[in-house]
Amino acid sequence: MRDTCKTALLGATLLLATTAGARATEPIGPSDVTFVETAVSAPLTGTPGNPAEGRKAFANVRMGNCLACHKNSEMSEQLFHGDVGTPLDGVAERWKPEELRAIVVNSKKVFGPETVMPGFYSLEAGVDVAEAFKGKTILTAQQVEDIVAYLTTLKN
Amino acid sequence: MRLRTIVPMAVGILAVGLAGAGLRADPVEDKLVIDGEVELVTRAKAPEGHPFDEVVSGWHYRTDETRALQQDSFANPAMLYVERGAEIWKTVQGAAGKSCASCHGDAAESMKGVGAHYPKWNAAAGKPVNLELQVDACRKNNMQAEPYKFDHADQKALVTYIKHQSLGAPVAVDLTQGAMQSWWDKGKDLYYTRTGQLNLSCASCHEQNNGKYIRADHLSQGNVNGFPTYRLKDADVVSLHGRLRGCVRDTRATTPKAFSDDLIALEVYVTWRGTGLAVETPAVRH
Ligand code: HEC
Ligand code: HEC
Repeated sequence: MRDTCKTALLGATLLLATTAGARATEPIGPSDVTFVETAVSAPLTGTPGNPAEGRKAFANVRMGNCLACHKNSEMSEQLFHGDVGTPLDGVAERWKPEELRAIVVNSKKVFGPETVMPGFYSLEAGVDVAEAFKGKTILTAQQVEDIVAYLTTLKN
Repeated sequence: MRLRTIVPMAVGILAVGLAGAGLRADPVEDKLVIDGEVELVTRAKAPEGHPFDEVVSGWHYRTDETRALQQDSFANPAMLYVERGAEIWKTVQGAAGKSCASCHGDAAESMKGVGAHYPKWNAAAGKPVNLELQVDACRKNNMQAEPYKFDHADQKALVTYIKHQSLGAPVAVDLTQGAMQSWWDKGKDLYYTRTGQLNLSCASCHEQNNGKYIRADHLSQGNVNGFPTYRLKDADVVSLHGRLRGCVRDTRATTPKAFSDDLIALEVYVTWRGTGLAVETPAVRH
């Protein structure tokens, strides 16, 4: 009995893994992300976010560079946290994962058009985007998922 | 429609969070006195139509060490540029066999206060010119010399030297001349236009967030009264258009061309935003 259960579960996991694998090659494009109010419930990719990778992308100047604007005590080994944005300590207790995803994808949809926080998976950019960045999002879909996974670990 | 309720909530959290973090640092209370003798005006009542009540020099936003460097003209590394500029001033260049001094004599007299009023309307050019462009016009028309390449060390040295002759003079651009007002208007538009992939305007950083930190940088009001400025990060003197190009580029936008109409318009407008502040050239910044 136990064994059958195990096999069934395993089978289910495998199935999930294969569908996930298939979807992972085609993330949801930045123009196809669905916002419902202030949430994006569907993950952008089939590969679940990896918090350890997210932690790296959060700090990396060429990726999220989130520390430029946000204090994050969990990363106290990093010097110089900015304070243009809200400190992110305990952020997972203030926002649900699907809201955190919405904020990172396109903060303007959550905070309004005046916010200075960039949309990290949005093509709503300013004028005169440099050639190297034209038509590109700041983060990849997977990096967003990783960062969201990391954010959900930030509890008080 | 939940947006309306969410926004004030987020702002509420922001206020509480910041108070708790205790990171926000106001500009330092201090007096800028060069060599213990000349006190410079670093806070001034903002001109009419300015978004702030008070304009504050970027000097107040820098660390104790950086502020001290600017107060001591022996320690200020940009004073070497001033010295080099003094040499260039009296060096004959170009086919006409003239130097700046041939026409203008002693810069301490002829250039005193001049730099505080640039950019200035130039009827012949049909646009405002800044000091760099004025120097180039003199080189071309009066000296028969080539204009400087943008940010050539000699250009920076000469402009630093000329602007230094106005040390302490309050910044005052004359918007009544020619079409200055329309260049101001255009500059203002650009100041509030969000650029680049990061979608930020000058105002995003220097109006909405001055006093806050963006990573290790304490954001100032972005005033230009200290230019050309010695920048410790670059270990070099930075021209105003060099700085503006850097700020725009950092939004991941196309870097605008030095002396382009856009940057001249922006220069007119941001210079006006610092009206009343003393010329600090050469300032020392981070
Ligand atoms: C240029 C500044 C800036 C950058 C860079 C930035 N943010 Fe923000 N962020 C803000 C501001 C400002 C707010 C507050 C909302 C508002 O009022 O606009 C905010 C709010 C947030 C919130 C909601 C916090 C709360 O407790 O309410 C989250 C989550 C967040 N940011 C995550 C991120 C992540 C993750 C990154 C990097 C991938 C990032 N931010 C990069 C400026 C920034
Ligand atoms: C992403 C943030 C950001 C944006 C956008 C930005 N700047 Fe800056 N700027 C900085 C930082 C950081 C510094 C260095 C610290 C300081 O003095 O504020 C700086 C410095 C300056 C300075 C030198 C101030 C001094 O005292 O020497 C000027 C002038 C300036 N900026 C003008 C502008 C203008 C004009 C724009 C728009 C075209 C602009 N900035 C856009 C971040 C920004």
